[in-house]
Amino acid sequence: MTNHWIDLKNSDVLLIMGSNAAENHPISFKWVTRAQQRGATLIHVDPRFTRTSAKADLYAPIRSGTDIVFFGGLIRHILDNELYFKQYVVDYTNASYLVGPDYDFKDGLFSGFNPQTASYDRKKWNFVTDDKGVTLKDPSLKDPRCVLQVMRRHYARYDLKTVVNVTGMPEDKVLAVWNSFASTGRPDKAGTILYAMGQCQHTVGVQNIRALSMIQMLLGNIGIAGGGVNALRGESNVQGTTDIALLCDNLPGYLPIPRATWADYDAYVKAGTPVTNDPQSANWWSNLDKYAASLLKAMYPTADHKEAYTWLPKIDDTKVVEYSWLSLFERMYNGGFKGAFVWGQNPCAGGANAGKNRKAMATLDWTVVVNLFENETSLFWKGPGVNPKDVKTEVFFLPACMSVEKDGSVANSGRWLQWREKSARFMGDSMSDGDIVIRLFEEVRKLYKAEGGKHPEPILNLDTAYLKDGAYDASALARRLNGTFLKDVTIADKQWKAGQQVPGFAALQADGSTACGCWIFSGSYTEQGNMMARHDRTQTPEQAAIGLFPNWSYAWPANRRILYNRAGVDQAGKPFDPKRAVIAWNGEKWVGDVPDGGWKPGEKLPFIMVREGRGQLYGPGRVDGPLPEHYEPFESPLAGNPLSPQRVNPTALHFAHEEKAVRDPRFPYVCTTYRVTEQWQSGTMTRKTAWLKEMQPDGFCEMSRELAAQLGVRNGDQVVLESVRGKVQVVAIVTPRLKPFTVMGETVHQVGIPWQFGWGQKKNATFDSANLLSPSVGDPNTGIPETKVFMVNVRKAPSGKQG
Amino acid sequence: MSENKGKTFFIDQTRCTACRGCQAACKQWKKLAADETVNTGSYQNPPDLNGHTFKLVRFNEVEVDGKLKWVFFPEQCRHCLEPPCKMMADAFIPGAIIQDEVTGAVIYTEKTKELDYQTIREACPYDIPRKEESTGLLTKCNMCIDRVRAGMLPACVKTCPTYTMHFGDRDEMLAIARARLAEVQKASPAALLADSDLVRVLYLCEVHPSHYHHHMVADAGNASDRIGPFSRRALLAMRPLRTG
Repeated sequence: MTNHWIDLKNSDVLLIMGSNAAENHPISFKWVTRAQQRGATLIHVDPRFTRTSAKADLYAPIRSGTDIVFFGGLIRHILDNELYFKQYVVDYTNASYLVGPDYDFKDGLFSGFNPQTASYDRKKWNFVTDDKGVTLKDPSLKDPRCVLQVMRRHYARYDLKTVVNVTGMPEDKVLAVWNSFASTGRPDKAGTILYAMGQCQHTVGVQNIRALSMIQMLLGNIGIAGGGVNALRGESNVQGTTDIALLCDNLPGYLPIPRATWADYDAYVKAGTPVTNDPQSANWWSNLDKYAASLLKAMYPTADHKEAYTWLPKIDDTKVVEYSWLSLFERMYNGGFKGAFVWGQNPCAGGANAGKNRKAMATLDWTVVVNLFENETSLFWKGPGVNPKDVKTEVFFLPACMSVEKDGSVANSGRWLQWREKSARFMGDSMSDGDIVIRLFEEVRKLYKAEGGKHPEPILNLDTAYLKDGAYDASALARRLNGTFLKDVTIADKQWKAGQQVPGFAALQADGSTACGCWIFSGSYTEQGNMMARHDRTQTPEQAAIGLFPNWSYAWPANRRILYNRAGVDQAGKPFDPKRAVIAWNGEKWVGDVPDGGWKPGEKLPFIMVREGRGQLYGPGRVDGPLPEHYEPFESPLAGNPLSPQRVNPTALHFAHEEKAVRDPRFPYVCTTYRVTEQWQSGTMTRKTAWLKEMQPDGFCEMSRELAAQLGVRNGDQVVLESVRGKVQVVAIVTPRLKPFTVMGETVHQVGIPWQFGWGQKKNATFDSANLLSPSVGDPNTGIPETKVFMVNVRKAPSGKQG
Repeated sequence: MSENKGKTFFIDQTRCTACRGCQAACKQWKKLAADETVNTGSYQNPPDLNGHTFKLVRFNEVEVDGKLKWVFFPEQCRHCLEPPCKMMADAFIPGAIIQDEVTGAVIYTEKTKELDYQTIREACPYDIPRKEESTGLLTKCNMCIDRVRAGMLPACVKTCPTYTMHFGDRDEMLAIARARLAEVQKASPAALLADSDLVRVLYLCEVHPSHYHHHMVADAGNASDRIGPFSRRALLAMRPLRTG
């Protein structure tokens, strides 16, 4: 989230799209309903009428996988009708930047495409610069090469008729949503967009989010109270684990992952540090060397950080998604691994194409499953259709503690690091993840010491001083993540002693004199103590006006509660909307939230994390194009793409040997997957909780009355869903909450199925995981699987049979 | 007890998202058993109240003025001001059903084992009482009387994330319920507080009560709503004869 949960109450129009917030983030509705009580409009755009839609003032159905068509149309609508916030767009976005002559878009492809490698040469999308290297601009926004005009041309194809035809959303609904949301493009109005996996889990997932971010920039909705781009994070602590590098493309604090071609530290810093010649740009990533050196010193405090860099693992100079989830399972499936640790996950039920994952697991010599309970993954060797005698894999199960059985921080969607103390003693032989990791690591280190091994330095030298009385101490790690001075240092006339905690990331040094495990967490555990454990409601009147509690927990970065808040004020520091100011310049200092950098008004541009300081309507950094473009999902009811001759995202992650259902009469229905309130993730925990299981016991398939009539299915009947990859049997929920779509003049039926159930749930269960159906295709930037849309057949289960 | 004294729930159904936190919290606090259910083609589960399910969120898909609505009804005992179940029970086993003097909570005791289940169930205008087969007791919500006496909110109210569930002194609840109703009526003129003069659970209905459930109000006007010569509502509004 750029903003935070409480801030939802400040909004005038809330667009929930790609999320079922009422069901999957129930607490969010504490604040959504408060906004509604103030008179705000709640809009829900979703293929299915859900518990969120039930509370919405306006519900609009959309065919899964067509979000960019809807957003592209809205961008065109905003531009055509001059509904954008002009001052914001000119001052704070790159709308005025001139795009270079090599940029082009033709037949669904941007310039620079190489069909052999299925990738783009992104240099073709560069801006034009002057002789000092500063990007040329036209603040009048009239130059045909300026971003705004490029956008106008790009989205000219996304007219109302096309949007209606492709998305299947009725025209009156399209216009109602567009007009309502675009009404926030005024300084005194705030609109927010809430999304979750419904935007992410697509082969155009990143571009979906780019598109909605562009709308928020056009309307001046980023950096203000009640605005923002708000990803609702699911699994607690997915935000925190992402911050400390759960993903394959980064190191803690979103530093880039080292690559083999960046052989030494200096090469890494050079490649990772963006350079700007624009004096108004803060270009915050120019501090990368301080954060990288401090991270290396946090891991190897006594080593030279440049030497320590050479010990880090490095990825080959290839597409980063080749290290992501789907690629790992593809490699495992092909026998590319001997063993695997499966930690707090359930790929044999919760992972896309779970049937493939089950087969992949069987190629391993061994696997270690770390979880609270046994699940479909730890038990894969005796799952449906598997003869244990045929499985060579040795499975080790390590029981882990639950979150309430250990101390530590959890980062919520609003980036609040909230400290929790353990409230129950762990059971039996279970251990905290920290203890499991450290013990495993020390055993490996012992073996290295005794027997030697390849590349020993990173193992032998790693600092693991996080034990207290023989057990893992979360506070010790939290202190290291905040950062510590390793030498006596003087910063701005203030003396710091070796061993003291750094006060924040501004104190981190590039010379190895500070150690910090995650620079964005710096400030969370200082000499004043554990800032994450604060429960102080003190606030100033300015903060009280927008529900901001700066002394409650700690928000990264720098305890800033609303990101990019300098974009919410004009060049003189005056809030665009004084009634709900996030920050304001009072003539001497900023009041309200922690500003995005303490410079005086107008000194620096507000989007400090991007190289040129302005919000990127045109974003040349993504691998699949500088502007979001609609491509059909890999599996689709359409043979082509109504927007261009290019059917699917040409750069998407997929495995050519795997069949896809494209306008395939065997698989005529669009299917999407989702979660229910009552179950959690793949259900490993909640399927064991009788009161929850009682409420939502089985997998089900929601379908329209129209489709059910066509199939002869009655409500409550057993039905079989089948895709190219597998089949599952579930209960049919026949409901008016799903309706057939009219797409390109044809009727398209969509069904939906929750994925939180599986065969390991109860004895003699007839049903299995919805992910037996979903495909191994993913977004080219992140590798996230396209589990939100694929094609299936649905039929009534053979009568009288439960199995 | 004066009808403006004691405790009352206010349940603002315009805010209910059917997260069912209340349903789970009720079972958790009271340590009630869960059944091995199956999906019957609805999110509503268990399908009905039972001897160990005192709070049940009902889901109904209805069309109102041409618009699809999915309405949610977190159902529970209404703790009638003059409870017919108690009146009926008193005729057979005095003390089997009692009314707490301080809160007005209607409480089923161990002696409900001796009552005729169908007689008591049929006496309830809202069809709430159930029999727990494992113990023979008649059961329903007891207003979390143990919590309330200890100064805590009922478990369902405590857990509600959306401010659907409120609990407090009756006059205060009536005041906020009426204020909220006036607010909701601006956009939904048909909104009403169901049987607010008769019960300690004030349900704010945005659409006609029958859309939520057959027994949302005491008298839906059907023949089946009549017990002998009286409609259920008339029975409910009767005052027991008092002496002195």
